[in-house]
Amino acid sequence: MAVALLALVPLAYVASYVVIIGPVDLWHLLARPRIAALLRNTVTLAAACMAATAVLGVALAVLVERTDLPGRRLWHGLLVAPLAVPAFVNGYAWVSLDRSVHGFAGAFVVVTLSYYPLVYLPVVAMLRRLDPALEESAWSLGHSRARTFRTVVLPQLRPALLGGALLVGLHLLAEFGALSLLRFPTFTTAIYDQYGSTFNGSAATAMAAVLVMLCLFLLLAELRLRGDRRYARVGRGAARGAVPVVLGPWRWPLVATVTAVVVLAVGVPAYALVRWLAVGTSTEFPLAELGEALATTIVLAVTGAVVTTVAAVPVVWLAVRYRGPASTAIERSTYVANALPGIVVGLALVVTTLRLVPVVYQTAALLVAAYAILFLPRAVVTVRAGLEQAPTVLDDVAHSLGVGPLATARRVTLPLIAPSLGAGAALVFLAISTELTATLMLSPIGTSTLATEFWSASSELRYGAAAPYALLLVLVSVPATVLLMRQESLSREGVPA
Amino acid sequence: MTTRPRRSTLRPSAALAATVLTASTLSGCGLLGSPDLVIYNAQHEELLDEIVPLFEEESGLDVELRSGKDLEMANQIVEEGEDSPADVFLTENSPAMSIVDNAGLFAELPADATAPIPEQYVPAEHTWTGFLARSTVAMYNTESMTEADMPASLLDFADPEWEGRVAFSPTGADFQAIVSAVLELEGEEATRAWLEGLEANGVIVQNNLVVMQSVDSGEVDAGIAYHYYWYRDREENGTDSDSSALHFFGDQDPGAFLSISGAGILASSEHQEAAEEFVTWLTGTDAQQAMAESYALEYPLNPDATLNPAVKPFDELEPPEVDVSSLNGPQVTDLMTEAGLL
Repeated sequence: MAVALLALVPLAYVASYVVIIGPVDLWHLLARPRIAALLRNTVTLAAACMAATAVLGVALAVLVERTDLPGRRLWHGLLVAPLAVPAFVNGYAWVSLDRSVHGFAGAFVVVTLSYYPLVYLPVVAMLRRLDPALEESAWSLGHSRARTFRTVVLPQLRPALLGGALLVGLHLLAEFGALSLLRFPTFTTAIYDQYGSTFNGSAATAMAAVLVMLCLFLLLAELRLRGDRRYARVGRGAARGAVPVVLGPWRWPLVATVTAVVVLAVGVPAYALVRWLAVGTSTEFPLAELGEALATTIVLAVTGAVVTTVAAVPVVWLAVRYRGPASTAIERSTYVANALPGIVVGLALVVTTLRLVPVVYQTAALLVAAYAILFLPRAVVTVRAGLEQAPTVLDDVAHSLGVGPLATARRVTLPLIAPSLGAGAALVFLAISTELTATLMLSPIGTSTLATEFWSASSELRYGAAAPYALLLVLVSVPATVLLMRQESLSREGVPA
Repeated sequence: MTTRPRRSTLRPSAALAATVLTASTLSGCGLLGSPDLVIYNAQHEELLDEIVPLFEEESGLDVELRSGKDLEMANQIVEEGEDSPADVFLTENSPAMSIVDNAGLFAELPADATAPIPEQYVPAEHTWTGFLARSTVAMYNTESMTEADMPASLLDFADPEWEGRVAFSPTGADFQAIVSAVLELEGEEATRAWLEGLEANGVIVQNNLVVMQSVDSGEVDAGIAYHYYWYRDREENGTDSDSSALHFFGDQDPGAFLSISGAGILASSEHQEAAEEFVTWLTGTDAQQAMAESYALEYPLNPDATLNPAVKPFDELEPPEVDVSSLNGPQVTDLMTEAGLL
């Protein structure tokens, strides 16, 4: 209950502030050309990137999974690799190599290259799971391969494709670092600018309200689109892969295309990092500061991961073991955070704590609370998957053997859900270690993390000085990528038919 | 079963070890422990990182910096009120000092702290003091422009002939301070018209370094910024300043506005003595000379300190007369929000 309430603080703040501002002033703050321009920027970029990542993600997934493209396994690894490069590091790489990369075109290219794996990965997983017999039936009925793909395969990819594209949209609405470096203002960057000029001005909150509406719109769209169709099947289907398409003369041009994507998405940031580490004039290796930022990042991320996962347990427990409208409402309320960018959570917590509980203001505890709000959904989803698979009958057996409820939880349930707790904590750890906006606003005095140090150097155009932090940020993100890849394949193969 | 007793004895000690370890790491990272002096710093972090260790060495005090932007931190201090952890507030520009001053949150500075600074850079009530100054300039690309092509006044950049040719950073406290000077000198109507013209003409970038880069690369013909960005680049390696030059407006034009970096002590501070020691040190000759010799190239306000002669001399700037305590930050933010620049 307390967990759910905490998760709702930012939303309550935005809503109550909107009420306090009043309709007249709110209209005055929103009905101005700047808001229209921001709305246009935000919506066009989100739409363009969602479309582009969808096309790119599906095309690459089909190429890797369904054709005789040479070196498919290698390509798969390389195509997922951009997930390990935070978008703001990618933005830095492009801007620092070529100043002309900016505005809509620059933002579009960099964001698409950073986020297409969010579509690619689930589509690949879905393609692997499809029953080839369905397609074979279509062929036997005289459909061409192209037509079969359009009428049989594509509809089955729909949930993965939509889910991935909407995730891209939500990431993009919350993106601050990359878009700020690329000089393409959206609501998130504009809120940060207002915060920088007024700290807690009503203009910033009015914009936050619009941003939250956009995020909620995407979230609801996803729920709706996902909810009304079923793609389940009985039985595991044919336990063999689909017949690969023979590329023939297209083979090498397509290899060249995939190579181009990898070079742009992975090669450019890698080259930029190596270059700035090697030749940047402001490159220095302040080992003490790097170590301190790394240690702070790890301490914050470990604490945040533990707190978030522990907070997820009672929420999931209620939702799974005591099903009912109240427990579902509590669980769902934590999902709202999916629609709250770090900037809104940061703004909300700064103002609410200053007004209501000044003692926790500017403490590490508050920052950890912000992380918990932001990343609780990730922990809830993972832990829930684990608890669903822990049969309650084992609890009953323990009870019948005279074991008390606490001891049962410790000796029976905990060992069963431990792997999912671990996976949830790992996901949260990795999300926290690259978090930028909430950390910038809430970190205690004198605290510097890898992300904030990287930001302070790269926004002052000290590209060389930013490089070691960028490298550490990438290294910290690598395990997340591997974990996500594993999880994706496990969740597909591990589901009993 | 045999492992159970061992586990139960191990666990508390492991937990204890983990706690101790975490606590020591936390204090090592500055997450715990209380410093002798907390500075809310909106001046360039790089400059403070250079001079604060000198003060720490001299005084033996442990100083903690929290860095941010002028108006963000000023509004933050006002919002924090009596509970503010800040002991000293340093800004890049004076409008942020006025916000805190108008909220009555500054303590009066000791006479030693204000004595070395000429009186026009200290408000009458001695609630804060200037410690550095920066001159507004226009930069221009030397391949597409000559000094003669530059306008006589900063206000001329709002003219249609400058459409798409002038870069500036409206989110920066520096530009906002320049606007506050225009507001003070020309009045609200003229300022509004000027901002609307700039909004129509300007190429908006995220900070003054990008203004300089945009001018130097020829992306725009001119840019509005402060003097030191260009001089710093010149001193370093000149890569972003070799195809550009500075245009000083002079002649008491708003474009020759001299912006004052301020230092003040919060009345709510529990470290008054340490705070007074720091501000007195900051305006004293040693610190002023150290800042003058640093990478910063801002003008020291203590007349005993001498700046690198490569920088245009302080007494040749011909700035307009502006009362340091009268610049209005909030009204500027409102006007800029209205003009669609924020």
